[in-house]
Amino acid sequence: MPSPIPIVKFDEVEKRYGDGPLILDRISFDALRGDFISLIGPSGCGKSTILKLISGLNPISGGEATVESISPRNAAEELAFVFQEPTLLPWLSVQRNVEVPLKLRGVDSGRRAETARKSLELVGLGSRANYYPRQLSGGQKMRVSIARALSLSPKILLLDEPFGALDEMTRDHLNEELLAIRDQKAWTAFFVTHSVAEAVFLSNRIFVLSANPGRLHREVVVDLPYPRTDATRQSEAYQKLVAEVTRLLRSVEDDQR
Amino acid sequence: MSSKSLSYILPLFTGALFIGIWYFIRFLLGDDGQFLLPTPHEIIEAFQQHGDQLWSATLNTTRGAVVGFGMAVVISFIFALILSLTPVVRASLYPYLMILQMTPIIVLAPILILWVGPGLASVTIITFLICFFPLTVNTTQGLISTDRNLVDLFAMCRATKAQEIFMLRVPAALPYFFTGLRIAATLAPIGAIVGDFYAGNSAGGEGGLGFLTIVFSSQFKNAALFATAAASCALGFLFAGIGIGLAWLSLHKWHDSYAKTDS
Repeated sequence: MPSPIPIVKFDEVEKRYGDGPLILDRISFDALRGDFISLIGPSGCGKSTILKLISGLNPISGGEATVESISPRNAAEELAFVFQEPTLLPWLSVQRNVEVPLKLRGVDSGRRAETARKSLELVGLGSRANYYPRQLSGGQKMRVSIARALSLSPKILLLDEPFGALDEMTRDHLNEELLAIRDQKAWTAFFVTHSVAEAVFLSNRIFVLSANPGRLHREVVVDLPYPRTDATRQSEAYQKLVAEVTRLLRSVEDDQR
Repeated sequence: MSSKSLSYILPLFTGALFIGIWYFIRFLLGDDGQFLLPTPHEIIEAFQQHGDQLWSATLNTTRGAVVGFGMAVVISFIFALILSLTPVVRASLYPYLMILQMTPIIVLAPILILWVGPGLASVTIITFLICFFPLTVNTTQGLISTDRNLVDLFAMCRATKAQEIFMLRVPAALPYFFTGLRIAATLAPIGAIVGDFYAGNSAGGEGGLGFLTIVFSSQFKNAALFATAAASCALGFLFAGIGIGLAWLSLHKWHDSYAKTDS
């Protein structure tokens, strides 16, 4: 049986900005369709940089990277990005914010409104369509940001520590919602986080990175069954994995001292 | 007493106190007082006596202020767009913008009179020059201060440069633009009056408030001078009010500075 074609493939990818130091050192991995991959590691390990390379926003400096077998630069249609901050346009209503990427792609206003409405309902904010961002809580703003990314129907969703600024309860809820939406939409996800618990809960694969320069230190496979719920968090297997990833992360950080 | 009714009564109280002190000082000054410090009722009399002159002067000044201010808004906006394009453009144009701002109006006025003659044209240009700098600097700052993540978002959606400028950078710069606009709105009538003082129509035709200042001071009509000051002040409030009103119209729905708070 031939092995499936990876949706994202990195082969010995290197990255430096201008003449600066090496940020990423020979990163190689194959991401398969439907993977939920978390990137975790100390600050400066280049986790966010990997997302930017996949998005095609920044070019790679060495090696080879492909998204859907083509260069990331040409694969913009396939992906959507969720930033660390909600990154909403404060002068637009929630509805219009979700429409922005569609508008930029030239989708006509009728289909735009329809898609945005569905997206907002998916994240449970259908009733807030006419609000302005400043009228929403931090968690709600992040939901709008996710709705905006989903409105593009991406095959790949890149999330750069999207829930880092939220309290733990809200974060847990949003994690569950994110997985529930993924059941319907089946995108491949790359998720940058500082939280081991979050990484284990969401992912089927965790990449632990080391810093200066960023290297892929170890991959941890999370073989907990989906759908995952609050009960997952109580399970022994989950807690063992959290302990394992925490230990890995600590050893990476100790190496750098 | 509720704090709301207090907020209406207190300013009235300070006003009454101020006028009381005014009359008291006039009383202390004795005979010299009539010349040095006209009382409020004498100023009102001067308003009645010179009403036509003051009214037409105010209209003339308003005309210069509105046209100069309007030109400054439009041209500064275009100029700020150009300045925002690259640091190289900014570096090569900023020093000359500074020169424009550093040159005192009293030095420019005779040159302008030489070029376009005294009157409305000179007054308009002087108003324009005074308003141009705060508008340009603020709008440019706004256009280059766009949230980096939003710029990335637009880049990821492969937005064109025009989409980036008009859907993102321009609306994001509005709060800055209105900061400049509010400053310029208060400067516009002052610019028009100063311009009129130096370059208004002194040839006997229609003058503005600046020209009227020269007329009244040469006639030692001090109460009329105070009335001119009051008219200038009213014009200033009108312009400032329009600036604040426009900012409110465009920002109150979404900008944090207009968010309601408990305090």
